[in-house]
Amino acid sequence: MTRNNSIISGLDWWTIALFLAIALFGWLNIYAAGYTFDQTSMFDLSNRAGKQFLWIGIACVLGIAVLFIEGRTYEVTAYLIYAFWLLVLLATPFLAHNTKGSMSWIDIGPLKFQPAELAKMITALALAKYMGRFDYKVRSWRDLMIPFMLLALPAGIIMVWQSETGSALVFASFLIMFYRFGMSGYVLTGGLSFALLFIVTIRFGEVALPLGTGSVGVLLCYLVLMAVVVGFAWLHEQDGKNTLILCGIIVFCYAAGLIANIWLNVNFNLVSLIALLATLAYFTGVVIYRRRFLMLLVTAYVAVALLFCQACTIVFEKVLQPHQKTRIEVLLGLKDDPAGAGYNVNQSLIAIGSGQFTGKGFLQGTQTKLRFVPEQDTDFIFCTVGEEWGFLGSAGLLIVYLIFILRLLSIAERQRDNYSKIYAYCVAGIFFFHLTINIGMVLGLLPVIGIPLPFFSYGGSSMISFTILLAILLRLDAERLNKWQ
Amino acid sequence: MTNDPYTKRPFIIAGSVVLVVLIFIIRLFWLQVIDQSQKAKADSNALLRQVVYPSRGLIYDRNGELLVFNQPIYEVTLIMQEMRHGFDTVAFCQCLGIDSLEFADRIAAIKDKRRNRGFSTYTPQIFMSQLTKQEVASLRETSYKFSGAGIRKRTLRGYSYPYAAHILGSVGEVSQSDIDRDDYYQAGDYSGRDGLERTYEQRLRGTKGVEVIMRDSRGRIQGSYHDGAEDVEAITGTDLHLSLDIQLQALAEQMLQGKVGSVVAIEPATGEILALASSPTWNPEILVGKQRSTQYNRLLNDPSKPLLNRATQAMYPPGSTFKTIQAVVCLQEGGINPYSKFPCNGPGSTPIKCTHHHGSPVDLLGAIEQSCNPYFWCAFHDMLQRDGFGDNNAVFRARYNLWRDDVMKFGLGSRFTNTDIGEQSPGKIPLEREYNRTYGEKGWKAITIRSLSIGQGEVLVTPLQLANQAATLANRGYYITPHLNTELTDNPDLRHETGMNDKWFDLTAQGMHQVMTNGTGRWYNIDSLQMCGKTGTVQNPHGKDHAIFIGFAPMDAPKIAVAVVVENAGFGATWAAPIASLMIEQYLTGTITRKHIYNKMVNSVLEHPSSEKTDSN
Repeated sequence: MTRNNSIISGLDWWTIALFLAIALFGWLNIYAAGYTFDQTSMFDLSNRAGKQFLWIGIACVLGIAVLFIEGRTYEVTAYLIYAFWLLVLLATPFLAHNTKGSMSWIDIGPLKFQPAELAKMITALALAKYMGRFDYKVRSWRDLMIPFMLLALPAGIIMVWQSETGSALVFASFLIMFYRFGMSGYVLTGGLSFALLFIVTIRFGEVALPLGTGSVGVLLCYLVLMAVVVGFAWLHEQDGKNTLILCGIIVFCYAAGLIANIWLNVNFNLVSLIALLATLAYFTGVVIYRRRFLMLLVTAYVAVALLFCQACTIVFEKVLQPHQKTRIEVLLGLKDDPAGAGYNVNQSLIAIGSGQFTGKGFLQGTQTKLRFVPEQDTDFIFCTVGEEWGFLGSAGLLIVYLIFILRLLSIAERQRDNYSKIYAYCVAGIFFFHLTINIGMVLGLLPVIGIPLPFFSYGGSSMISFTILLAILLRLDAERLNKWQ
Repeated sequence: MTNDPYTKRPFIIAGSVVLVVLIFIIRLFWLQVIDQSQKAKADSNALLRQVVYPSRGLIYDRNGELLVFNQPIYEVTLIMQEMRHGFDTVAFCQCLGIDSLEFADRIAAIKDKRRNRGFSTYTPQIFMSQLTKQEVASLRETSYKFSGAGIRKRTLRGYSYPYAAHILGSVGEVSQSDIDRDDYYQAGDYSGRDGLERTYEQRLRGTKGVEVIMRDSRGRIQGSYHDGAEDVEAITGTDLHLSLDIQLQALAEQMLQGKVGSVVAIEPATGEILALASSPTWNPEILVGKQRSTQYNRLLNDPSKPLLNRATQAMYPPGSTFKTIQAVVCLQEGGINPYSKFPCNGPGSTPIKCTHHHGSPVDLLGAIEQSCNPYFWCAFHDMLQRDGFGDNNAVFRARYNLWRDDVMKFGLGSRFTNTDIGEQSPGKIPLEREYNRTYGEKGWKAITIRSLSIGQGEVLVTPLQLANQAATLANRGYYITPHLNTELTDNPDLRHETGMNDKWFDLTAQGMHQVMTNGTGRWYNIDSLQMCGKTGTVQNPHGKDHAIFIGFAPMDAPKIAVAVVVENAGFGATWAAPIASLMIEQYLTGTITRKHIYNKMVNSVLEHPSSEKTDSN
């Protein structure tokens, strides 16, 4: 018992308090979202608020149970559970009910359960075990190969096999942990730049240039890529001579294009392509001549990005499903369809905006109460906060989340062993990712990707898995003082 | 965990978390505090401001008979946007008893922006209107099944009697210009289009109320907003009590059947209009409801112009009825005195021949009684040229203006103001200027305008003005502007004095009494009622003469003044006098004893140029 006492005294009560505050405020808002005019009690199990209260209770009991399990248990069994869970994920579509086109829910008795929710935690534990070894260190990209495989396997299964794009995307949150433990920052910025290139290509791909032929999107993308090349040349070549030559090549190409345009109808897409290829060729030549082979990565990046830009349109037109395509088009302002694909987000913005500074008051929201916002107690629950609690309430909730995530980061940093620290970063990353995607979607800043707001959205499966995810971290954190290291 | 080479990275990660949350908070601040458009959208989303229509004021006659009332009708509305969530067209059609073809037609009509300018997929559009309670009963029971469908109750006008269509006017949908002019109206509202419905629109319509109700995303009503605290109750329109006697009005319209013309009866002491009939007319019921527009177009295109209110809008020369005014004015201004006599040569008289054979010379009473043209020509001549012509005819023209001013004191030559009769024509008493233009300032004298002496030529009056003239004679020198709403009676602004001597009026009344006892009206006299009257037969270049009659009774304490015009009928004594006589009898005794005259008037059909035109087509 003495050991358990020391666990309790070592628990991070700040985190627990924040967790309870978020969960109970969420429960209140689920009640408000489902509130109609003949509403029964908040504890009535026939409505969603009552059920959520039950879920919170169950999650707490399970969380407390997890607190009694020794941290080493996970370390020992991590791979085993990981392998087992991959099998469960593979088997899910066969056991699943077809809920809204995705095949990720299975029934356990009277309850429905989504194995993908727990997959994040299990993957985090497996990653922690692999990367937490004494002899593990990120020295080159090869060291990240296996961790990357560990997260790509479940993510791939969930995306391809279960058609749950949202749940699969969450695995990208582990990149934050990779970054903390040595992955190059270029990978993250590179990834983000690809997203940016995609957006620019799609958004401005059809916008014609005022001169000649060609599109604004292509010009912008190629100019950015040329800037990358020139930028790296400038950073790594002290004399600046090559930078000048590169700029000269670009200016020459466009000047030639503009002059030719007086007589001919010049295709500026082609001019940009020639300019980019010329700069890239000169840059690569210099790099090889100077034997700075690492800089070839820049060449590779630009080449891949170039291909990516070409592929974007094809991917957009051919690979994406129509509803995903429309969502992206609406988000980028290419289509205005407040009643169709943009309906959710449009109604969500109306609900939040109508809350004004102080909100309409608890149970006073008309938009959520009258069901204008679809999914208002699950993915769009933040609307209810926005409408009924106003700017004060919704900004307040975001600050509570901010404190919660910062607290998790500080917990991560105070771990003495890599195993706990890696796991802690995974947990913080997952919460951060969920928050970003969910709120970004509700505020109309990101496309509609259906993932829940942790501890807040209605749903037993997510409530329980988030709680267990957090409980394991709390146990590991409480044990840190006992570690001999 | 020693030698951590990445000690900066936790701060970069924490920094990006802070950055993301900061972006969200800025976005929230924009949405909730700066941008106010979302709030308005939310209200239009959730709050349905449903108009509560007040019931229109009722209209009664002078005896408290209900003339115009309201009857409920229902209209079925659809909100297209909300029909998206699976709308069972077949069941809906069954409820309304229409087939799917008609359904498709009606939907197409709603969506046609040219025909339905206010089309929006988000607001209720009228799918079917003017349905009875029975017709909407089955939809009412099952309307919860049809999202987007609604039933609205409206009221239509109903009429107790098929009379007084011109006076009462009708109620129809507001036009776009009404909506632009008065923001009280919205498309689809009803308002008074003509007659009293139009004149008294403001008081009859009442005030619309608003019921703020909440509805959910599928348009289902979820109850009142803030427990009705923001609702505004509709205020019922104010009732209207008319001076009209519906029995008298009915009699007038019956006797005008088959004829073109009008009858106006006024209570002289108050100026209250007792009857105001114009023929041809229509049953006011036909301009109500579904058939309104087709019936209205039919009336509009009818060559006999039934929509024209002849009693107030048609202008005729007054003919011999004008001699009553001439008598008073010439006595007042010194053309004649009560003892003046003039010779009459019958049809051989010059410059105006007489249409009657009577003794010669005649005095004023005899001249009125026998409608002697030469007498009134001489009186008019003497009145105008009493003081000669003066330099450049100036004295003569001053006398003409004096005469014109006196005549206009009887209410002729201009529209009645401060009254509630909307559609009026001014009539005409020619200006000096007009004669100057035609003949030059020195070029005209009494002989030039001799036709005026017997009410022919350039002078024009409306039947309403004729009746008012009769009332002025009955009152011995003043009139109260004719009006329909009894509330106006006590308005002192409506009283107009002629300022002429009572004696001249008494004398003229005596003459008019003799018309009924010995003269042109003697066939339709009732001795006990002390009738006074004057017939007129007006020459008309377009066909047969117009028959005209003015009169009042009893002579000493007049209760009713009447004017009758029957177009293209012939002698005033034959066609107008009997109608006036029966009107007086009906009003004074409450019944008519001379059924044969009544039957003759009701059953006779007179040819009219407008009907001939259609025959030749």
